[in-house]
Amino acid sequence: MSKSVLILGAASDIGLAIAHEFAREKAGVILAAREPGRLEADAVDLRVRYGTEVTVTEFDILRTDRHDAFLDGLPALPDVVVCVVGLLTGQAELVMQTNFNAPALMLEAVAARMEARGTGSIVGISSVAGDRGRASNYVYGSAKAGFTAFLSGLRNRLAAKGVQVVTVKPGFVRTKMTAGMKLPGPITAEPKEVGAAVLAAVERKRDVIYVRPVWRLIMTIIRLIPETIFKRLSL
Amino acid sequence: MLSGWGNYPRVEARLLMARGRDEARAAVSSEASLIARGNGRSYGDAALNPNAVLSMLRSSRMIAFDEESGRLTCEAGVMLADILDVFVPRGWFAPVTPGTKFVTVGGMIASDVHGKNHHGAGSFTEHVDSFDLALADGQVVTCSRSENADLFAATCGGMGLTGTIVSATFRLIRVESPYIRQETRQAANLAEAMALLDQSASSTYSVAWIDCLSTGARMGRSVIFCGEHALPHELPSPPPKADTRTVTMPFHAPAMLLNRWSVSAFNEFYYRRNPAGTAIIPYGPYFYPLDAILAWNRLYGRAGFVQYQCVLPKAAAAEGMATLLRRIAASGKGSFLAVLKQFGATNPHGMLSFPMEGYTLALDFAVDRKTLALLGELDAITGDHGGRIYLAKDACSRPDLLRRGYPRLDEFLAVRHKVDPDNKFSSLLSQRLGL
Ligand SMILES: Cc1cc2nc3c(=O)[nH]c(=O)nc-3n(C[C@H](O)[C@H](O)[C@H](O)COP(=O)(O)OP(=O)(O)OC[C@H]3O[C@@H](n4cnc5c(N)ncnc54)[C@H](O)[C@@H]3O)c2cc1C
Ligand SMILES: NC(=O)c1ccc[n+]([C@@H]2O[C@H](COP(=O)([O-])OP(=O)(O)OC[C@H]3O[C@@H](n4cnc5c(N)ncnc54)[C@H](OP(=O)(O)O)[C@@H]3O)[C@@H](O)[C@H]2O)c1
Repeated sequence: MSKSVLILGAASDIGLAIAHEFAREKAGVILAAREPGRLEADAVDLRVRYGTEVTVTEFDILRTDRHDAFLDGLPALPDVVVCVVGLLTGQAELVMQTNFNAPALMLEAVAARMEARGTGSIVGISSVAGDRGRASNYVYGSAKAGFTAFLSGLRNRLAAKGVQVVTVKPGFVRTKMTAGMKLPGPITAEPKEVGAAVLAAVERKRDVIYVRPVWRLIMTIIRLIPETIFKRLSL
Repeated sequence: MLSGWGNYPRVEARLLMARGRDEARAAVSSEASLIARGNGRSYGDAALNPNAVLSMLRSSRMIAFDEESGRLTCEAGVMLADILDVFVPRGWFAPVTPGTKFVTVGGMIASDVHGKNHHGAGSFTEHVDSFDLALADGQVVTCSRSENADLFAATCGGMGLTGTIVSATFRLIRVESPYIRQETRQAANLAEAMALLDQSASSTYSVAWIDCLSTGARMGRSVIFCGEHALPHELPSPPPKADTRTVTMPFHAPAMLLNRWSVSAFNEFYYRRNPAGTAIIPYGPYFYPLDAILAWNRLYGRAGFVQYQCVLPKAAAAEGMATLLRRIAASGKGSFLAVLKQFGATNPHGMLSFPMEGYTLALDFAVDRKTLALLGELDAITGDHGGRIYLAKDACSRPDLLRRGYPRLDEFLAVRHKVDPDNKFSSLLSQRLGL
């Protein structure tokens, strides 16, 4: 098992679920979030359960000027870096920055260090929303599409350099982000499933994963619908 | 729509979520009427309130564990299943466990749950040192046998009506292996079953599956399962693998599936399938045989089901149980999930704690009009024999039976009135029973 994992955006339900999966495998965990105080109880929980080393650190991905300092300030470059940061709704520029620019720049900085070291795993939580733009969330979707393309390119670049890049498309997940939304049961995952899928993807050196496999089928169909028809659908 | 495990009754209710003490306190302060909810494994209407239900499932963090004493402190929404996952591999086990591990610590305290070891270990809260309780006025207070002792005793078994438990400290027990040495015996009728349970008092765990449909000389025939935590040298090598597969009941079964004939056939099969003998089995199938079938409650169809569980004091138990069984067998109702257990002494620190020294019977009934009438009759038999019903299972009983069965009711109500004069903490159960 990997010895250390850094989770960016760790206060999210998905981020915490990923932390649990890695901690259970005895990985050391660094939880990075905007308000680290909120994560103290979770850090204690992880330590009590798994007896592993857990630290909490402050991190705002939008402060792109501090990315390098943040990484260089860590005790060591982690074996695995997972970027969970995202924003579903809000002012368009903020949604774009939070889902694309800032995560891409941050992982670029991580990649440079892992490439130099010659090992590591980078995991980006993207979204099926990036597979095709839809009226209901295309700002978010386009930023995630950009992030997916970025991860794909990064993977291509690092394939021969010993660094793994995983793209995760969770599909619907029952979290704070989707609280109050009506989600169809059979294709909605629990955060725990996302956590388990991320761990498995890292261990098995996967490239792109959909958490519930039916999503691969659903999105394939959605991508195949001709634009002339697609534009009339209410999606 | 929200319901208990029996899918009856079902109500539209607003569900609030609290993660941790501050959110719980805020939720309690903001509502005029609410009830806490754990994992909804109580069968009836205990965790329902049409105004607001406060789910504690996200309050699921562990806070401290002492490797020396086995003392665990955790938030109230931590699931027993999680505790077992984390601590069984380290050689610890729950001091008391109900027949499902999908319950929360808060739910186990509020119902003061019992296990197959009640005759020796007592009920769950007898292993609880203290808990933090969010009160109606928004304060959070610590309760133990020495601090706010009245509130402690009213809350152990108090069905969430004194406040919302936010965290608790209790003691796990040491075990030497995750296996149980199970000894199976058969009893040809009720008298034999009760005698065998009596003789098993020295076993750590004991429970009987009882056939509620057989009549005459075979009335109450049972299979008794005694258990001990297995010692390492008793394990075969390699030790049997724990089967962690689960299946999910995908839809509600048609209501006719369970009838006198199908259940009798199952009972015959089950009785024959469990001959006398000894076996070493993982703790899962011994304590949680039903947990392998997720959503098994759908077996009873859309209308749902109720579980009837009562306890009769020792002196009246033989006569009372026979009367109950005769009535149930005559009705042709009742399912194959029926259990007979022996209880030890009452928990002195639980004003509404259910167990009392004697025998307890629990069984399921699919809901229909006849069932509701039958339950009224069973209540009367229970009351006449000095017994009481288990609030965690109840969906139908009435205030007079509660008063007859729970001698410390007024003491409970006095504490409740002091900390919650406006009955902010209220459930369909408390409204129905005038609690
Ligand atoms: C298959 C099965 C087998 C069972 N076997 C047994 C058994 O052997 N012995 C036994 O004793 N019980 C048994 N039960 C019943 C079960 O243990 C209890 O109903 C338990 O209370 C359920 O816990 P829960 O977390 O699901 O609570 P819920 O069902 O959600 O709530 C139960 C009660 O606890 C209160 N409550 C929950 N959380 C809190 C909190 N944080 N603060 C204050 N009040 C709270 C609720 O208001 C409600 O009154 C069984 C149930 C099932 C489904
Ligand atoms: N839920 C779903 O159905 C679903 C589906 C597909 C993909 N996803 C993706 O999964 C990820 C996690 O989502 P979630 O559902 O768990 O929702 P969430 O709780 O809203 O998670 C988003 C996380 O991003 C963090 N974040 C936002 N801006 C940040 C910033 N500037 N700096 C640092 N952290 C920042 C948030 O931190 P704060 O806690 O400080 O706000 C939050 O922890 C997201 O990338 C989301 O797009 C979710």
